[in-house]
Amino acid sequence: MTIATTPAPGSSLHLHGLTKVYASRDGAVRALDQVSLSGDLGAFISIVGPSGCGKSTLMMIAAGLMSPSSGVISIDGKRITAPRTDIGIVFQSPVLLEWRTALGNVMLQAEAKRLDKRSAERRARELLAAVGLAGFEDKYPHELSGGMRQRVSICRALIHDPPQLLMDEPFGALDALTRDQLVLDLQRICHERRMGVLFITHSVPEAVFLSDRVIVMTPRPGRIDRVLDIELPRPRTLAMRDTPQFAHYCREIRDLFLARGVLREH
Amino acid sequence: MSESEPVAATPPHIEDVEASVERRRAARATRTRLSAVLAPTGVVIALLVLWEAGTRAFGVPVFLLPPPSAIVGAMTKHAPLLAFATGVTTLEILLGFALSIAVGIPLALMIFLWPPFARAVLPLLISSQAMPKVAVAPLLLVWFGFGLVPKVLIAFLIAFFPVVINTAVGLAAIEPEKIHLARSMGLGALDTFLKIRLPDALPAIFAGLKISITLAVVGAVVGEFVGGDAGLGYLLMVANGSMDTQLLFAGIVCLTVLGVALYLVVELAERLLIPRHIIANEPTAGGTF
Repeated sequence: MTIATTPAPGSSLHLHGLTKVYASRDGAVRALDQVSLSGDLGAFISIVGPSGCGKSTLMMIAAGLMSPSSGVISIDGKRITAPRTDIGIVFQSPVLLEWRTALGNVMLQAEAKRLDKRSAERRARELLAAVGLAGFEDKYPHELSGGMRQRVSICRALIHDPPQLLMDEPFGALDALTRDQLVLDLQRICHERRMGVLFITHSVPEAVFLSDRVIVMTPRPGRIDRVLDIELPRPRTLAMRDTPQFAHYCREIRDLFLARGVLREH
Repeated sequence: MSESEPVAATPPHIEDVEASVERRRAARATRTRLSAVLAPTGVVIALLVLWEAGTRAFGVPVFLLPPPSAIVGAMTKHAPLLAFATGVTTLEILLGFALSIAVGIPLALMIFLWPPFARAVLPLLISSQAMPKVAVAPLLLVWFGFGLVPKVLIAFLIAFFPVVINTAVGLAAIEPEKIHLARSMGLGALDTFLKIRLPDALPAIFAGLKISITLAVVGAVVGEFVGGDAGLGYLLMVANGSMDTQLLFAGIVCLTVLGVALYLVVELAERLLIPRHIIANEPTAGGTF
């Protein structure tokens, strides 16, 4: 496996004082309020929070697809004002082109980047095989299961060797077993490629399992409530989810949600 | 499952079960395909027989309702006349349809790309549709005479609207994530349009073209009604004037066959351009999305 070269390892992503207010007919909607965070581009950073806390807005801004109402996003001090085309992006739905095969969908990224077609296709086939889709290269999206489609969309995000993946609740629509498998696959991929992820989720155990750092957000308007560094050894195993240390992290986040009224025990 | 089936002493192997399931599926598919052809054919034959028998039994006068046999007779007798008229009308329809595409798709593109243009032009477009085309037909005759041009224009005026609306709506109806994805991949504006937005809109565009081709048939016939000297619409007027009901029916049959044939050509183009499973409004495809 090749390893990402640009930007240099140790690059860091800075979000500084991000505020986003949407104009709407029923008055302005405050999505984000003064969100600041810094992290190594190669780290696995999860953002957890209740629905409507501005997680997706934060990801859109981090991808350079949306500009904040105020605040700055920068990498190594260089301000980002345009879409970051070096990253890989994965949405909650697979967002595949229905008229392209699995391979064709992965190759879309290569076409956009004007990569050499022959070697890109070889890599696309390798990637699909690595996530268990060997033999499905020529299938159309409607012939694949939900989990398979999301795997294709992950391959599409990986083919150009991005230094960082941005994932917006990528496993939210999948069944629990498929979800576990994809979480394990994602951990392996990140390790092999030394690739960082900005991972948006509302699943506390998923965030703890995958992350170096978990950022907990408050309900709308989204602010950073707490930052937790997860110090579990890697690679993480499913059995680790039953350890007291893992439970401790989960409880800490859950207690925050209880304290903020995101969760209520009757 | 029949009730008399004996209980097997040893349960069957999964391979055998699979083979029998597969056999049954194939048989069912064959039956479905067969009935898709046989059922409508049967209904048509039954109706024709009923029609023939009814007109004979009750002695219906031929000028009121000729039996199918008389219509077939008129068609063979007037075959050269009908063929020529069909040719004229086909030309008018095809030119009107081509003009609908040539004007409708660029217009839709402008409506999609330039919102102020859309705001300025859409009310005009919609009122142009509210206006009955038959009412404009005499005006077009004054301007363009009795030849081919006014018929083509009327066919165009009736047929272009669904092309414009469906194309504009289809282009705008894309999931926003697809556009986010394109931007984050660094896909250029032209490539985003050609590789993502246009293919995404093709099912909607073809839905518009299929409506358009049937309307173009109506437009051409209306044009010939109002001021034609050739074509199936003109033939219908002449047959009507001379109480030649057989010929009238023969003309209607030609028009119907022509309309269906042209529709099928558009549908064929659709199947060639778009993989079958993503064609919109495919009533027999079942819902996969």
